[in-house]
Amino acid sequence: MRVYWQILRNEFQTLFRAKWVLGYGLIFLLLTDTLFRFSGGGTEVWVSVSNIMLLLIPIISLIYGILYIYQSRDYLELLLTQPVNRSTLFWGLYTGISAPLTVAFIIGSALPIGWHGGLASGSASQLFFVLALGSLLTFIFVGLGFVMGLYFYDDKIKGFGFSIVIWLFMAVIYDGLIMVIIFMFGDYSLETSVIFITMLNPMDIARILILMEFDISALMGYSGAVFNRFFGSNLGILVSGGMLVLWLAVPSWVGLRIFNRKDF
Amino acid sequence: MIRINNLKKAFGPHQVLKGMDLNIPAGQATGVVGPNGAGKTTLIKTLLGLVKSDSGDIIINNIQLNGNYDYRRQIGYMPQQARYPEQMIVSELLSFIEDLRGDEAVFKEQLIKEFNLEPELHKQLRILSGGNKQKVGATLAMMFNPSILFFDEPTAGLDPRSSFIFKERIQKEKVAGKTMLITSHIMSELEQLVDHVIFILEGEIKYYGRIDDLLKENRQERLEGAIAKMMEEPA
Repeated sequence: MRVYWQILRNEFQTLFRAKWVLGYGLIFLLLTDTLFRFSGGGTEVWVSVSNIMLLLIPIISLIYGILYIYQSRDYLELLLTQPVNRSTLFWGLYTGISAPLTVAFIIGSALPIGWHGGLASGSASQLFFVLALGSLLTFIFVGLGFVMGLYFYDDKIKGFGFSIVIWLFMAVIYDGLIMVIIFMFGDYSLETSVIFITMLNPMDIARILILMEFDISALMGYSGAVFNRFFGSNLGILVSGGMLVLWLAVPSWVGLRIFNRKDF
Repeated sequence: MIRINNLKKAFGPHQVLKGMDLNIPAGQATGVVGPNGAGKTTLIKTLLGLVKSDSGDIIINNIQLNGNYDYRRQIGYMPQQARYPEQMIVSELLSFIEDLRGDEAVFKEQLIKEFNLEPELHKQLRILSGGNKQKVGATLAMMFNPSILFFDEPTAGLDPRSSFIFKERIQKEKVAGKTMLITSHIMSELEQLVDHVIFILEGEIKYYGRIDDLLKENRQERLEGAIAKMMEEPA
């Protein structure tokens, strides 16, 4: 446990010294601040923050996860020659990178509340929800970045290429495909299958959970109603939460497995 | 002591270690020589657990390697290329590794003095010269006073003065009874530092024994000549 904390502490130090994590936090700070100025601090602020967050967090976390593996090869080797368990090292590095990113995001998004006269009534739970979801996405995509970096350890171009494709696929193409399916099979009742397909994409799960939390599913007509019936139910929340946890667990487990068997 | 039985390792289709057997008693200083790509670094990395062997046994100081890690407490390793986290300050790196291991770095001050690292201690590793990074690597390897030392081409980036200081230090470690493995392409250097030599060719040990005996066998005056002769011989 001591070894884990040492690694974690060192990651925090290194990352915050590199300053760009501060820049990352600053983006969210400016964003929230601007939104507060324009829309007065109600629900709109958090809906907008979550929209940006859904695109930004996955790509930044993914790229940073993979970049970290590529940049720290010598550092990894140094640590692996010490009397340190590989699994401990993996968890130390993984949480040591995800946590500072999460902290930067949370502080950046929440700080402007301070000088904009606090939270509007009723948005405390919304704020908490957005921050929790963003944190979860950070850990999920740093994990995916680790997997890509470790799998394509000697082929950086491939590693980066596939990472960007993964992001593009989840953020944009996936929804396009769903649209195509809906368009092609429009004559059938597709809602249940669409819910199922949506469940396979962590960015979609997050997006829908936000729609539910902010009660804007009504904008989506009949589908929205079906979504609302499912995702709004306890079962739906349980299943989608479970899927997100699975998205958290599987990449980090795969990453750990590769890391434990790897030749450095 | 280090004992290896039938150690095999392949990277993809390329068989790097082809069933090595080796027995290095405690307190012996051994040079590892062979052409580039012969498997010297892979051998050392396998002993460290950085590379996982395909088959065979490794026993280090009576501990059989099976993915365990605590045996590394007894090993100091200086890699071929010393590259460290760039933003870190030298003194931070040293104390970070100290904290990580939870061991007392008994020789830390002494090594910093010997290698004249004091002026570098508060610099970021990013701006250190290659030679000074090597010295940091040597300090990291030896400061915990481990009983086994691995040096992978240790003097490759050092200026003559640092190289001299480094070799002096190695002599001291040898007198102190450390088990040492040193890879190098500089034969004259190995003659100064070690008594035994392992000659590796294409993943197999072609010779392992005393340097004196090797010279006698090949009727050569110098190690360089003897090794060159062995390299020429058809496998």
